[in-house]
Amino acid sequence: MNAARTGALALLLVAGAAAAAPPLRLWHAYRGAEEAALEQAVKRFTEESGTQVELLALPYDAFASKLASAIPHGVGPDVFLYAHEKLRSFREKGLLARADSRLVAADYLPNALPALQLDGATWGYPLSLKCLALYYDRDRVPSPPATTDEWLLQLEQLSRPEDGQFGLAYEAGDFYFHAPFLFGFGGTLFDGAGHARFTGKPMEDSLAFVLGLHRRGYLPEEASGALVKSLFNAQRVAMVISGPWFAGEISPEMNWGIAPLPSVSSTGLPLAPFLGVEAAFVSSRTQQAEGAQSLAHFLSVGDGAYLRATAGKQVPADTASHRTDAVKRDVFISRFKDAALHAVPMPHDLELQKMWEPMKLALRGLLQGGTTPEAAGALADRRYRALHRPAPPDAPVMPWLWGAAVLGLAAAGWAFSTRSREPFRKRYPEAWRGLAYVAPAAVGVVVLILVPFSVGIGLSLFHHEPSGAYRFVGLSNFTDILQSRGYAITEPLSFYFTLFVTVAWAAINVVLHVGIGLLLALVLKDPLLRLRGLYRVLLILPWAIPNYITALMWKGLFHRQFGAINALLVAVGVEPVSWFTRFSTAFAANVVTNTWLGFPFMMVVSLGALQSIPQDLYEAAEVDGASKWVQFRRITLPLLRPALLPSVILGSVWTFNMFNIIYLVSGGEPGGATDILVSEAYRWAFQRNEQYGFAAAYSVLIFAVLWLYTTATKRLTATEAA
Amino acid sequence: MKHRPLYLSALIHAGLSLACAAVLYPVLWVVKLSLSPTEALSLSVNPFPETVTLDHFRTVLLASDSAGRWLFGRQLLASVAVSGATTLVGLSLAVTAAYALSRYRFPGKEGGMQVLLLTQMFPATLMTVPLYSLLEKLHLLGSLGGLVLVYSTASLPFCVWMLKGYFDTVPRELEEAAVMDGASPGQVFWKVVLPLARPALAVTALFSFMTAWNEFILAATLLDDQASFTLPVALQRFVGEYKTEWGKFAAGALIVSAPVMGLFYALQKHLVGGLTAGGVKG
Repeated sequence: MNAARTGALALLLVAGAAAAAPPLRLWHAYRGAEEAALEQAVKRFTEESGTQVELLALPYDAFASKLASAIPHGVGPDVFLYAHEKLRSFREKGLLARADSRLVAADYLPNALPALQLDGATWGYPLSLKCLALYYDRDRVPSPPATTDEWLLQLEQLSRPEDGQFGLAYEAGDFYFHAPFLFGFGGTLFDGAGHARFTGKPMEDSLAFVLGLHRRGYLPEEASGALVKSLFNAQRVAMVISGPWFAGEISPEMNWGIAPLPSVSSTGLPLAPFLGVEAAFVSSRTQQAEGAQSLAHFLSVGDGAYLRATAGKQVPADTASHRTDAVKRDVFISRFKDAALHAVPMPHDLELQKMWEPMKLALRGLLQGGTTPEAAGALADRRYRALHRPAPPDAPVMPWLWGAAVLGLAAAGWAFSTRSREPFRKRYPEAWRGLAYVAPAAVGVVVLILVPFSVGIGLSLFHHEPSGAYRFVGLSNFTDILQSRGYAITEPLSFYFTLFVTVAWAAINVVLHVGIGLLLALVLKDPLLRLRGLYRVLLILPWAIPNYITALMWKGLFHRQFGAINALLVAVGVEPVSWFTRFSTAFAANVVTNTWLGFPFMMVVSLGALQSIPQDLYEAAEVDGASKWVQFRRITLPLLRPALLPSVILGSVWTFNMFNIIYLVSGGEPGGATDILVSEAYRWAFQRNEQYGFAAAYSVLIFAVLWLYTTATKRLTATEAA
Repeated sequence: MKHRPLYLSALIHAGLSLACAAVLYPVLWVVKLSLSPTEALSLSVNPFPETVTLDHFRTVLLASDSAGRWLFGRQLLASVAVSGATTLVGLSLAVTAAYALSRYRFPGKEGGMQVLLLTQMFPATLMTVPLYSLLEKLHLLGSLGGLVLVYSTASLPFCVWMLKGYFDTVPRELEEAAVMDGASPGQVFWKVVLPLARPALAVTALFSFMTAWNEFILAATLLDDQASFTLPVALQRFVGEYKTEWGKFAAGALIVSAPVMGLFYALQKHLVGGLTAGGVKG
């Protein structure tokens, strides 16, 4: 009786403890079939272990930064899924726990685990493999090429660029897609000292080969992922270089096959793509290490891997699932597994991170600007050296602290000495009411804007080490930027060049936005105009639709070969323009897009502001016989000023910092020339080895420029008013 | 009012139609993308879809998670709640502050206006990390309330500047007359000033709403539950590391923009209508 009671109590306690344990949190960015398969696998895990799992699917664009914010605060996931290319960054930020003894090397394909090893430990459980292979249209390519010589013969027969028919399409401007050629011609990423390498015969040979493909008209121009897909599905390209994700994009009517990339006839080496390994990582801050490790392990092998392969069409990294009949029969998975076995695991070395931008520059220069292969390699090498300046030396902190103290005292002294002798109450009779009205807004602004803002400014005095630590360097970030170290003042990368572009960008845009917006507002305010409601609603569409997609539509309209704008030019007998190869046209494309996006806001503001003008002034002017133009000059413009000026000032500040459009439309092409200051700051922060301090210094300079601008406008308007 | 000559009318309508066509052409591409089964970019100049399917709209509208919750419905609710609350909170903070800045003298007034403007000059990309730590300290992570606070303060500078500019144009004589008639300061504000500022209120309301409605980075970073994500977060999920599901993205973008159009349609009668027209006679 007693024993039974104790037993029941123990059971209750166990049940209570199990119920009290919060569910494991699993974060990922999977979609579609991959997401469904992951959900099935997690359900299976819960059935077998009794542990609940809470899934959170995030947008890929916000995923890495959310992990970096959440995990150090202890509010992140227990397990998260990510590609191994971020391994070093995650590790250095202290986000990862080691995989424990559950991980058995023999369970996985041979080149999966090395991708996850760093500092003598393994940091995750490999889930699936991703690499490039050759997709081909079976109707037109009966057997895939084994060598580049065969390939070139096939491409010659398949390509008729004048009819919009191409032999091969891939994102030729991206180094990820060029790497197989580099390896195929015997090249390596790094030199003997471990530095990125852009010159030498293999690099030049690989660039020359791609240039040959381009010159002979085998490749479409400016190929983006979406364009490659569209061309393949429209049967206008016979072969595509892409990864496993492409299979889901092919239209069901297509009869297609997959093969590994051919080998290079002159060297005998295969075109070896990069290998990406997606892994389940355990968070360093998990409260349930045991459960988290067992969940991550479960997903990577056995049922977890089988479900992801069969339901999610992933190429699993574990060996057991490849021995099951269902996976063996799947041609898609087994072909990609073969391709993966020859692939080069993408190094998580920082040096590789430094290669993307210079190589992009070289490839674009080659394919669009007529640069020779040798010059393209040299161009990349130069950009690499400019971007990766040596870390600035430490600066002593004490003088800065003293300086700050002296400044603070001086400011206090100045405030005291200039204090008005007039009693406060007399000078500000309604001060308390005013302050009370302002207080709620002021608190919000101080806490949520000024605090983060001061942190940002402080950051500009530090250097962000690759290891994640910050080092105090005083003003060296600023001196580097202002001295334009590493490149001439007239080059796109220099601060002054970018500043010039930015000022031109902001000025032209604001004039167009306000001009068009005000004109439309003047027309549309007329109460007698028919259909004005319809016009108004249609005309704000560009503001209402998320600009991520409309900006990309515009980029499509500007495409060299398939864009509507060139089609229009051809229709009126003008030569088609290659918009993104020259500064002037690329800049114009950005301005057109941003004007389209920006005028509706100014139109709405102007419509509101026009209402502040009393109608009877116009009636009086009408009586006096003033023309419409005189009415506009003498009544509308001067009276519109106070209501419109804030929007114009803010509008120019926003345009100055309008990052999206530059990023999405020209992407800085050609060679970073159309980048504005803020997109440059973004690149330093997120694409060039997280040089946060340098990016913050850029931001402070942006701030300084804008501050000068607004002070000047204020002076200007004040003197005019006086 | 006189009637315009016919040719001028025709000219105005022709110009407006042209402007609408220029605005609509890229939008039609978005529509085409959302209706075409292949999600592919079209390779021709024709912005009208050749084959039509509603699959993408169906996928977006009927999205549900593994627990069977109807995600789209909940996310729409979250979006409406966040954007509505942002508009309310932002507008009430801005209206009071702008009125005080326009009417009263107090220390730090000029400086305050400048500081508001300055906050717009620092690129937002670098502020996410400190903001996250801050909200964590305030225990506002993962809550829609925290997001509302962030959005309303983000929209404050524009709203305050816009409203102050407009209040400056409202003649003080009207308020003085109301005070003479025995109105309290609160009544002057509610009954006289606010109704006169309706066009500016409409603009700022639309602006605050849009600030919250289209933002996704902060929402994805600060929220931790699928069902309380705002719609732009769900929309951004269609953009993957390797590929983007353009058809679904386009369908989602059109769905997301519909309420904005509706709101604008509702607000536009306040934008125009000549409320102040009779206000300054005398």
